[in-house]
Amino acid sequence: MSDVRLDNISKRFGDKLALSDVSLAIKDKEFFVLLGPTGAGKTTTLRVIAGLEKQDAGSVYFDGQAVNDLQPADRDTAFVFQQYSLYPNMSVYDNLAFPLRSPLRRVPEDEIRRRVTDAAEKLRITKLLDRKTARLSGGEMQRVSIGRAIVREPRIFLMDEPLSNLDAKLRESLRVELKHLQKTQGSTTLFVTHDQIEALTMADRIAVLDDGHIIQVGTPHDIYDRPATTFVAQLVGTPRINLLPAQRHNGSFRITNSPLDVPLPASEPPPEVVIGVRPEDVRPGDGAYTGSIALIEPLGVETILHIRTGEQTLLSVVPGTSSFRLGDQVPFMLARERLHYFDSSGKRI
Amino acid sequence: MATITLQNVEKKFGDVFAVQPLNLKINNGEFIVLLGPSGCGKTTTLRMISGLEAVTSGNIMFDSKDVTWLHPSERDIAFVFQFFALYSHMTAWENIAFPLQAQGMMRHDIKQRVDDVAQMLQIEHLLDARPSSLSGGDQQRVALARALVRRPAAFLMDEPLGALDAEFRETMRAEIKRLHISQGATTVYVTHDQIEAMAMSDRIVIMSNAVVQQVGTPAEVYHDPANLFVARFIGSPGMNLISATYSSGSIRLPGGNQYAVPDHWQSKLQNGLPANGSVIVGFRPEAARVHPEGRLAAQVYADDLHGGYSMLHLELEHGTVIHARSSRETSYPIGTPIKFDLDPAMVRFFNPETELAISNGRAS
Repeated sequence: MSDVRLDNISKRFGDKLALSDVSLAIKDKEFFVLLGPTGAGKTTTLRVIAGLEKQDAGSVYFDGQAVNDLQPADRDTAFVFQQYSLYPNMSVYDNLAFPLRSPLRRVPEDEIRRRVTDAAEKLRITKLLDRKTARLSGGEMQRVSIGRAIVREPRIFLMDEPLSNLDAKLRESLRVELKHLQKTQGSTTLFVTHDQIEALTMADRIAVLDDGHIIQVGTPHDIYDRPATTFVAQLVGTPRINLLPAQRHNGSFRITNSPLDVPLPASEPPPEVVIGVRPEDVRPGDGAYTGSIALIEPLGVETILHIRTGEQTLLSVVPGTSSFRLGDQVPFMLARERLHYFDSSGKRI
Repeated sequence: MATITLQNVEKKFGDVFAVQPLNLKINNGEFIVLLGPSGCGKTTTLRMISGLEAVTSGNIMFDSKDVTWLHPSERDIAFVFQFFALYSHMTAWENIAFPLQAQGMMRHDIKQRVDDVAQMLQIEHLLDARPSSLSGGDQQRVALARALVRRPAAFLMDEPLGALDAEFRETMRAEIKRLHISQGATTVYVTHDQIEAMAMSDRIVIMSNAVVQQVGTPAEVYHDPANLFVARFIGSPGMNLISATYSSGSIRLPGGNQYAVPDHWQSKLQNGLPANGSVIVGFRPEAARVHPEGRLAAQVYADDLHGGYSMLHLELEHGTVIHARSSRETSYPIGTPIKFDLDPAMVRFFNPETELAISNGRAS
């Protein structure tokens, strides 16, 4: 396994700047997620690392060695795509063995057998080895695709939304398995997704991209607890963070069109800010504020409450079933130590 | 508004049941969700209620009127589809007004109705725009307005949020529910998304393989699933389900764990399980509580942050992993030995042969 470094990568497609001065350092054995909306530059970054796309400027290093001039085949990366590209008429075993049987590799058959059975065991597809891949479910096919990457024992795994085509339940279980596998194998993995929950749950670190730029790099806790901009704040967390414009008012911030006064942050803030409050930090039942329950969404494990105060509606998440009823006046508080302050351009203060 | 009653309604395509005989009473003003994976029969059921699909047998009543063989246009319903189906050559206003014009309503009344519904959905500023210049969300608002403007006896909605991106779905979900509360119109809503179903509905009808699995409130289907299918389908992740063996008051779980069954369950398990005592123990992730003196033991398989909380994945033995909601403040490396307990009020039991829940004696 290897570390990966990107230095000042830029890439243009015609008029469109796909990547703008992207620099990243991915550690050996790290699970690194590139998160962002469609068109952010995530897949282009991955393709530049694989050598499938040539950057216009900047360099890619594996273990300190520039690989800019290496062909994709010589970079020793393994790519897993959203669409599983398996050979439908071959057995699972032969699909897994296929990359090792390449004339370039010439891996002996008993070594192939060892690696295939080992990968199958890890991915729990041992029972499927004799089956033709055309007869597998989506989840099984994606396990085989991942297995085909594993048997190669590459320096780096590159995964481009590998779970996106699967239904919600399968995605959940494969997410956990993939994370467990990556941690126990210690493989350096770059994983692209637009799904915030995949990023939060799987990553050691996340890079948030938007429009070809890196907005923030950090652990899942950093990204969730200290989002660098309102864009990042809204990108992670469900239900979404409450973003409330506020103005200076008698030594505190008054949230626009509401009776809510919120304390100033420690640093000297500008006169107008946007205050971010995660729904779990809006706590009904006690506190100095009051609002009325405008909507109740019971999700079983928790309940989303829409609390209306003045012209603002705040989302609140409480555990389990809520005893509040529609229209109830409830006191509530905001967890002070967990408030986020952003300036009018959306930057964290 | 109407009460909708389905009496032994079934649908066959050739020899294959799309919907097995189904009985359901949808109360006046109720928000009912038909929930299930693709191909379960939920959309066919909706289409039979609308009249777009003929029943193979059975009756459909709107209040006391038998509508089984009435044309869709004679049923006084409004349909909202996943795909917006707006007329592209008309403005939003003209799209919304269209069903009223088709009914021959007076110009003045049409304007009043369109203005009212536009205000309710906060789309007044979009009324002159053509659909192609609107965002997906705004197009869906216009489509909703067109359905609402008619004030029909019932709304039928077929995955209306399916084409929207995640953030917008959350917003629209709340908007539709708020509308329902203010309008009180009987609504039948089809989705495969269990979160949508839980958040919006008064009651959920869960279907699989053309058969109704359970009808209940969100709390009922979440806490007291009728069978293994519902236990797995509701919740994200679904209920933890572990194969185990019951014998005289105690359950042997994988990994050498023993679970002492609460007294009031013992006779029910004695009577409700196969003779060999095989049982499936079910509990929600929030029922497992990590505790240094916990009576159950496992190893950390993975531990991940979900934002406001963490999910601990615990391996009881090779191949048996359970999920436990935990605090985001503590994290555990893979392989860490963990002790935990189960909240006895949240543990459920299933017969592995019938896949049915053992009743806990409460009405559900």
